[in-house]
Amino acid sequence: MKKTSADVLPVEGGFGNEPLLAVDNLHVEFHTRQGTVRAVNGVSYTVSAGETLAVLGESGSGKSVTAQAIMGILDVPPAVIPKGEIRFKGTDLLKLTEEARTQVRGQRVAMIFQDALSALNPVFTVGWQISEMFRVHRGMSKADAMKKAVELMDRVRIPAARQRVNDYPHQFSGGMRQRIMIAMSIALDPEVLIADEPTTALDVTVQAQIMELLAELQRESQMGLILITHDLGVVADVADKIAVMYAGRIVENAPVHDIYKGPAHPYTKGLLDSIPRVDLKGQDLYAIKGLPPNLLDLPTGCAFHPRCPYRQDNCVTDHPPLHEISGTRGSACHYWREVLDD
Amino acid sequence: MGRYVIRRLIQAIPVLIGATLLIFVIVFALPGDPIAALFGDKRPDPAVAEVLREQYHLNDPLLLQYWYYISGVFLRLDFGVTFADVPVSELLLGKFQVTLNLALMALVMEAIIGVGLGLWAALRRGKATDTAILASTLLLISVPTLVSGFVLQLILGVKLKQWTGADIFPVAGTSAGWRAYLLPGFVLAGTSIAYLTRLTRTSLAETLRADYIRTATAKGLSRRRVIGRHGLRNALIPLVTYLGADLGNLMGGAVITESIFNLPGIGNQLFNSVYLREQPVVVGIVTVLVLIYILANLVVDLLYAVLDPRIRYE
Repeated sequence: MKKTSADVLPVEGGFGNEPLLAVDNLHVEFHTRQGTVRAVNGVSYTVSAGETLAVLGESGSGKSVTAQAIMGILDVPPAVIPKGEIRFKGTDLLKLTEEARTQVRGQRVAMIFQDALSALNPVFTVGWQISEMFRVHRGMSKADAMKKAVELMDRVRIPAARQRVNDYPHQFSGGMRQRIMIAMSIALDPEVLIADEPTTALDVTVQAQIMELLAELQRESQMGLILITHDLGVVADVADKIAVMYAGRIVENAPVHDIYKGPAHPYTKGLLDSIPRVDLKGQDLYAIKGLPPNLLDLPTGCAFHPRCPYRQDNCVTDHPPLHEISGTRGSACHYWREVLDD
Repeated sequence: MGRYVIRRLIQAIPVLIGATLLIFVIVFALPGDPIAALFGDKRPDPAVAEVLREQYHLNDPLLLQYWYYISGVFLRLDFGVTFADVPVSELLLGKFQVTLNLALMALVMEAIIGVGLGLWAALRRGKATDTAILASTLLLISVPTLVSGFVLQLILGVKLKQWTGADIFPVAGTSAGWRAYLLPGFVLAGTSIAYLTRLTRTSLAETLRADYIRTATAKGLSRRRVIGRHGLRNALIPLVTYLGADLGNLMGGAVITESIFNLPGIGNQLFNSVYLREQPVVVGIVTVLVLIYILANLVVDLLYAVLDPRIRYE
């Protein structure tokens, strides 16, 4: 008999008070010729069933690398995980054998990528690619798996799914391609879904439809959803909580409403201030000064200090821990009170 | 698709005419007199020579001569006769078979060894195996056919037979059936194997960096399936082009190999006919080679559409 993921993971519900997925003090480094790139430096977050966590941050903040570490699709080498745990239902995925890991990947923790055109294989039909999940992981026959693929395409609302199941990815529009990507990822009812900038490559109107679809699928199946994005506008409606990342660290985490009410970290504040607003039409758009830090050579103390308007002398020397503001909220800023009061 | 095939075949006509005209003119421009060559060392009787000249249209303008020839080829499948009055088509039929066998053997070896080594190297990139394979391809590329042919003939053909008593690789001729083509096939394929190995290695390594490979991994597929199904299908596309185009090169490049292994193919014939200034034979061989080249390229283009659905022929 084929080994199923149940053999290598604890039984359902056997993980006590642990959240569904917990990333704990994760470090990821890339060893390159230029030196060691510290892409992720002690990230911790959790997702529970039915919960949506938005991970926010600019390019190079380590949000995608964290997600790829959860999936186990980092290229090792050059990537190395020197420290940290990724617990799925209480089991540390990093300690599993590669074989056991493969059973989790795609079946229990699935992922959607940014650019569906390059993320789908150009030489296979979309039906083939979706049904592959059933054929490989469930041992279904070609015909049955294809039927399942059509059902899934219906479920993600691709019009005329039955006629289009034998089409190739390039024959679909950007939004439809992303729907196919979603159909493929939810094929085996994963418990955690990671969406890595799922709407970045799409038109604004299509973006909203895709987010709506994701939210709806999540409600139906009670998945834990990790939504990685650099777009604050996308997260407001769908996320339960937000983790803001900067230079491989979480600088602020909070329930989504708290953040919009008043950010507790200067970087989050900068992000919120740089959203264009209709009522400020005609004024200059706010932009965070400076450039993202060089991950080969991180600034001393707080990594954000060269760009920070709240900077004091100790920011240059002392690395701020994640201060607990309330039970559900934290900020990695020495002066979070001042930021919050502004 | 049907319309595309027809259009490609029509496009082939000017190529064919251009190629045959060119070779016709070049053969014509060669110094020396075919009638004189016909008589060998003897001096031809001027009257007989004049009759022969008239009979073979040698006094007509060049373009008219070409027209006589090309119309014969395409309207009556008549490639003309040699000076010895043997129909060229009859002369070439068996010889084309030999060269085609040789080229196909070389092509199969190229596909199996070249693609195989390339894949192996790509999957062991940066390791000792990879370096060893790359180094040996360099060796294959730099050793000329004349050297590799004779060396392999001596070691695998002559010495191996002396040592083991078994005639595994025949030294020359075609009497041993398909085995006769093993050694010459490898010699002929030599440089192509090396190029294809490198092309395969690059192509697969490139493909394995693609986003859809990451997706396939994230789907929880085994590494074997990720590379074997998702990677290979894409990596194969440029290789098919190379292989198809190479069939023509192999057929045209068989002259040296055929003479080393004494295979009665068109390479040998072409060499002799150029020497004897047998225009109809030379042009006949080239015409058929051009046809094969065009057909091989057409097949490649059609295969391309099968392998890569993004390419549509409308």
